[in-house]
Amino acid sequence: MKIKYFIFLCSVWLIAQNGISKQLEVCSTCPHKTIKSAIENAEDGDKVVVKKGIYKEGNIVIKKSIQLIGLDYPILDGENETEILTVNTSGVTIEGFQIQNVGTSYIEDRAGIRFERANNFVVRNNKLYNTFFGIYLAHSNDGIVEGNYVEGEAAKEMSSGNAIHIWYCKRVKVENNHVKKHRDGIYFEFVDNSLIQNNLSEENLRYGLHFMFSNDDDYINNEFRNNGAGVAVMFSRRINMSENLFILNWGKASYGLLLKEIYDAEITNNRFVENTIGIFAEGSTRVNFLNNDFVNNGWAMKVSGGCLNNQVSKNNFISNSFDLSLNSSAYENSIDGNYWSEYSGYDLNRDGVGDIPHRPIKLFNYVLKKTPEAIVLMRSLFIDIINFSEKVSPVFTPANVLDNQPSMKIFERT
Amino acid sequence: MLKILKYVGYDLLRSRWTYIYCSFFLMISLSLLFLSSDLSKVVISLMNIVLLIVPLIATMFGVMYYYNSREFIELLLAQPIKRSNIFLGQYIGIAGSLSISLIIGIGVPFLIYGVFNSPEIWNFMILLVTGVLLSFIFSAIALLIALKNENRIKGFGLAILVWLFLAVIYDGIFLLGLIWFNDYPLDNFAIIGSILNPIDLSRILILLKLDISALMGFTGAVFQKFFGTGLGIAAAISVLIAWIGIPAWRIKSVSQTKDF
Amino acid sequence: MISINKLHKAFGKNKVLKGIDVNFNEPGITAVLGPNGSGKTTLIKCILGMVIPNDGTIILDDKNIKGEWEYRNKIDYLPQIARFPENLKVKELLSMIKDIRGGEENSERYIKLFNLEPFLNQRLGNLSGGTLQKVNITLALMYDSPLLILDEPTTGLDPLALVRLKKLILEEKAKGKIILITTHIMSFVEEMADNVVFLLEGNIHFEGSLQQLKTNYKSEKVEEAIAKILEGKNYNFSSNGHSKRDVELKIQPNI
Repeated sequence: MKIKYFIFLCSVWLIAQNGISKQLEVCSTCPHKTIKSAIENAEDGDKVVVKKGIYKEGNIVIKKSIQLIGLDYPILDGENETEILTVNTSGVTIEGFQIQNVGTSYIEDRAGIRFERANNFVVRNNKLYNTFFGIYLAHSNDGIVEGNYVEGEAAKEMSSGNAIHIWYCKRVKVENNHVKKHRDGIYFEFVDNSLIQNNLSEENLRYGLHFMFSNDDDYINNEFRNNGAGVAVMFSRRINMSENLFILNWGKASYGLLLKEIYDAEITNNRFVENTIGIFAEGSTRVNFLNNDFVNNGWAMKVSGGCLNNQVSKNNFISNSFDLSLNSSAYENSIDGNYWSEYSGYDLNRDGVGDIPHRPIKLFNYVLKKTPEAIVLMRSLFIDIINFSEKVSPVFTPANVLDNQPSMKIFERT
Repeated sequence: MLKILKYVGYDLLRSRWTYIYCSFFLMISLSLLFLSSDLSKVVISLMNIVLLIVPLIATMFGVMYYYNSREFIELLLAQPIKRSNIFLGQYIGIAGSLSISLIIGIGVPFLIYGVFNSPEIWNFMILLVTGVLLSFIFSAIALLIALKNENRIKGFGLAILVWLFLAVIYDGIFLLGLIWFNDYPLDNFAIIGSILNPIDLSRILILLKLDISALMGFTGAVFQKFFGTGLGIAAAISVLIAWIGIPAWRIKSVSQTKDF
Repeated sequence: MISINKLHKAFGKNKVLKGIDVNFNEPGITAVLGPNGSGKTTLIKCILGMVIPNDGTIILDDKNIKGEWEYRNKIDYLPQIARFPENLKVKELLSMIKDIRGGEENSERYIKLFNLEPFLNQRLGNLSGGTLQKVNITLALMYDSPLLILDEPTTGLDPLALVRLKKLILEEKAKGKIILITTHIMSFVEEMADNVVFLLEGNIHFEGSLQQLKTNYKSEKVEEAIAKILEGKNYNFSSNGHSKRDVELKIQPNI
């Protein structure tokens, strides 16, 4: 019975695609002057094409499976009063709009485009300006968010929303978006089996990517630039993070990437450049940090308590103020086989691997752990001297934190 | 005093050492700027060099100049001119010519690289200002030491010791103090400890201006807040002025009663 | 012009001047003699204000010089060693002294006399010792002050220059100046001095004219007279200025 029903549905859908569906046009001289009236007259499978113009229609609610297409970026303006597009049904496409001025609300999470319990959606090539929340997805599966530009005017964390906010969704693709100046650039909470790819997230107040309670996701080749606190990935399993660029996340409490309670993740081929802390890991287990570049960070990696069985290998550590800092003395992670620009050993047998192990933890680091106020002596000659003498004959720094096979050469990336 | 200053200036501005000092900074700044076009990074690297070299050279140069001009000082003493003017003229001449070398040595490369059109201009200025203040502080200390010690070896030794103390040993004692009193709130101790030593104070004033201050975390924020208040600025300025004023005043009073 | 009363000076425990009383009022050349450590350089430096006495007064033209500096306008001084800032030009050194003292000067005359024109634009560090001494003399003589103090003016001079210097000193004497000279060269004293002051162990052992010295000690020459003073005191004072019993003298170098 169910299979028959499914076949029936499929054929309805096929028929709709093949001509029974109609196209409704919206413009000042068209049969439909407003988007709302076009939607009212549309049926499932229809296409509503909105031509250039400014449409101030308040909140437009879509409960039919239609394609809503903008030509030459018609402007939907909420006049800082309301949410603009609300979708409550599956199979809706929204494409080619300029959506602006949602206005801040302290009571509800208003959005430029909201999908609530709506599957199989597409949000493509829209421009959103000054939308409190940009694209808001809740309980919606199997959708694509791509090619959108979302720019907010966030000034305070309390009174600002996220650019792309995804909550309780599965199998969502977030690709080629550019998000800017919101609270969080991309927000993931309870989102599984999803892909975040080729996005640029910059100048957000809090996180470029805020990622929680989400398992089996990939994020690949994104750029997170100059965000307030960087990228936070927390309470998640089996995450694959690769080929991302974390850059210029610089501030007192900033980091490129925060890992908290992360299990079985792959962090590979990323670049961490000029972040206060490149990776800040807390309670992360069975994570592989491979082939990453850490360049000009304050701390390349800061590892707090409860990090077990991680592997740090084939990474380049170049010109960081501190390469590695540990907050716990129990250390059960491997850091063998990296390149350290601070390594001063030699390679007599010319096999490309340094003959003496490298100790990435400086004495000053050790002192700072006990007495954080000693940071006032940062970059003083005395500190350089004690760091050097500790390097020559280690007394205080943990003896088991060693790279036994430091690479003599930078690992070339393609 | 101005008359003495003028001729001491003539003498020093033609001195080989002035040129070596100046070209050292020219070369360092140019090569750092060449290696990295990020002015903020260059300011940090230069800071490390300035905080090390300026006090050392000012100390050595001050002592050396005094011992080498003993006979000339005697000639001047026989002239109708106040004693204090001779020594203050010499002091300002030495500190001034060192400062000019520093300003040219660092300033010209940065000008070429367009520091005036860069937001780094203030960081650069604070580096220059602290460099100049350190020149004045350490040449005053050096001149005072030379004036009080006829024995050159003793004078040189003492001067090096003072430099070593302020550049290195002080920080060691300071760090031990911080570790020792770990259980107490250390913010005020850290502020007082670092404000009393002109080298530490200069370093912190520069670091707080730079992006790197983010690495200083909570303690950095406390410092930032302190040096943002009128009290903090007043304290920093009065400490630096005291480091110049007290040795200069001692130079004046020691020279008044000294036999040549 | 100058009267010195009960002048005391000690460097640490070493008492160099023990109550010197002396007047220099008569125009003419006074030779200040004494072995090393006898205090003659200290005495001169006290007059110049370079050494500050522990006790006693120096009155110059009715004014105590203590703490004063303007009085040095009345004194010309030729220091023993000629060393100047290396990178100053001769011209600049001269103009510096002119800047400090102001008023009339006749440096031109000495520049011509010593043929210093070609050196005027050279740095002092590049000059030979002889030329430096000429510059030194020029600096000392370019002003016509009533008191002229020469500290060991004969050191390092070749015979020709010495003859010239003697001539210059006599010229200054002819202008009616009071001239104080410290020297070790007895023949120089014999030839030039009108009066002699002999210092020993911080005290004045003889003060009077050259003739008086010779008559008092029944000697033909100054050297003999000095030797007799020293014999009485068990000292040996050789003409090269080095006492053979330095140890007992506890030599204070010329400071």
